Amino acid sequence: MTKRTFNVWRGDGGAGALAAYEVEVNEGEVVLDVLHRLQATQAPDLAVRWNCKAGKCGSCSMEINGRPRLACMARMSTFAPDEAVTVTPMRTFPVIRDLVCDVSYNYQKAREIPSFTPPPDAKPGDFRMRQADVQRMQEFRKCIECFLCQNVCHVIRDHEENKESFSGPRFLMRVAELEMHPEDTADRRAIAQDEFGLGYCNITKCCTEVCPENIKITDNALIPLKERVADRKYDPLVWLGSRIGLRKGADTPLPPNTRTTTATPEQ
Amino acid sequence: MTSTLPPPERAGLARARISARTLRTDRWWVAPLLTTLGLTAFLVYGLVRALQQDHYWAADHGYLTPFYSPCIAAQCAPEAAHFGRLPFEFPWWLPYAAISLPFLLLFRFTCYYYRKAYYRSIWQAPTACAVREPHKRYTGESRFPMIGQNLHRYFFYIALVISVVNTYDAVLALFHGEQGGFGIGLGNLVLLGNVVLLWCYTLSCHSCRHVFGGRVNSFGRSPVRYWLWTQITRLNTRHMTFAWITLATLVITDLYVALVASGTVSDPRIFN
Ligand code: SF4
Ligand code: SF4
Ligand code: FES
Ligand code: FES
Repeated sequence: MTKRTFNVWRGDGGAGALAAYEVEVNEGEVVLDVLHRLQATQAPDLAVRWNCKAGKCGSCSMEINGRPRLACMARMSTFAPDEAVTVTPMRTFPVIRDLVCDVSYNYQKAREIPSFTPPPDAKPGDFRMRQADVQRMQEFRKCIECFLCQNVCHVIRDHEENKESFSGPRFLMRVAELEMHPEDTADRRAIAQDEFGLGYCNITKCCTEVCPENIKITDNALIPLKERVADRKYDPLVWLGSRIGLRKGADTPLPPNTRTTTATPEQ
Repeated sequence: MTSTLPPPERAGLARARISARTLRTDRWWVAPLLTTLGLTAFLVYGLVRALQQDHYWAADHGYLTPFYSPCIAAQCAPEAAHFGRLPFEFPWWLPYAAISLPFLLLFRFTCYYYRKAYYRSIWQAPTACAVREPHKRYTGESRFPMIGQNLHRYFFYIALVISVVNTYDAVLALFHGEQGGFGIGLGNLVLLGNVVLLWCYTLSCHSCRHVFGGRVNSFGRSPVRYWLWTQITRLNTRHMTFAWITLATLVITDLYVALVASGTVSDPRIFN
């Protein structure tokens, strides 16, 4: 057993501040264990969101020594022996209290994506999918919705005003997943750029760096989606085809009633 | 109609107001610093060599540096101009390989890896993850001029052609033995190694991965595309490595040719 200094964010977003605690740490513990000990001993009203303690529910996202991580997966043994541990809530989302954020932004962005659209005449049991067909999308399904990638992305982290026009890596990855689906008929490439803000991403890969599921978000979802958007929007031949009316297949619009504001760039 | 709107963010809540630029305690500034130094060193070397207009062709062994390929100025040594020469002399500020260098530069400038590298290290958006960037406003690649990054695939097509030209140069150099005919010297190995790595870099490109396979939706119905995509993906995961290795091999190759061409070192022969 050793003692360790923990600096924990207390209070709400506006008026909160870091509070220092000396707390006991035992071998094999993770940061979440220590936060629970704080709750049990010195700070009974400390708010922490958690669920599985196994890195699978995505609830315990926070920032530990400045790095966005899952508290239940952050081993105490990875810190230097006398290093103080600073724990703050995710910076991109509003704080409800202490380490708990309001992540509604993400649910809002999820609803804006046009859902899976099979061919209209497809009957139940019609699809025959091979491993090769699902391979790419399978990786994206590992997502545990911890929103660490959304939190670290500088597009909204450092520029709150971009929240309206940018859906963030997790949901652009969802768009990529649907776009790669062999049985999906909707074309989300135009709205990916115009409504979900794919162009804001400058592929600097912080989302990939923090993803606890090790999903290669940038390489396997965002860049392939950028290439697909380039097919649709920045290919001179396609552009010419659309001018002279050769292009078949219409862009899929945003689902109705999913945006609070109507101030989208296109309207 | 029922609303599909989710509950809005609770009113009155604010983000954690933390004034520190970052609370990271590791040395996050090392990688961007090394990147800046590496890119600057390459650009300075490349600029000096491209404008030198000398020591680009080792006549005895037929080594042509990639920085002068294809050599198209009227001043080019006739044997070095594998694809003919233009009828006029180039002024001092125009590289002899003026038809390939600008496109190679644009190819690398719009490369997804180099974009990451210079956005982070030079443009500082963001310098490192979870480190606040210094810019007031940010629109990324969503408008002019950065929207032009979407043209990367066209530079990729041009780079494919230039890779063929470089390969041709390296193969031709094999037929400059001491006694005429086939021969191998250290320079040949350098040229060939450089060409192989250039192919690795070019074929590992994300646009390449897209056009040869990534663009199809059903891999089950296109097995050939699927196979191509799988192979390119294997290279693609090492794209960053190839991006740096080829910067180094380009400099090494060019330097070697310059040293041999200027008579500073003599080329060790392995066969003939
Ligand atoms: S790669 Fe794009 S989406 Fe991911 S963190 Fe960087 S800017 Fe954001
Ligand atoms: S993609 Fe990764 S980082 Fe983003 S929400 Fe899913 S699991 Fe978390
Ligand atoms: S508690 Fe479930 S991921 Fe950490
Ligand atoms: S060359 Fe790097 S992505 Fe195309």
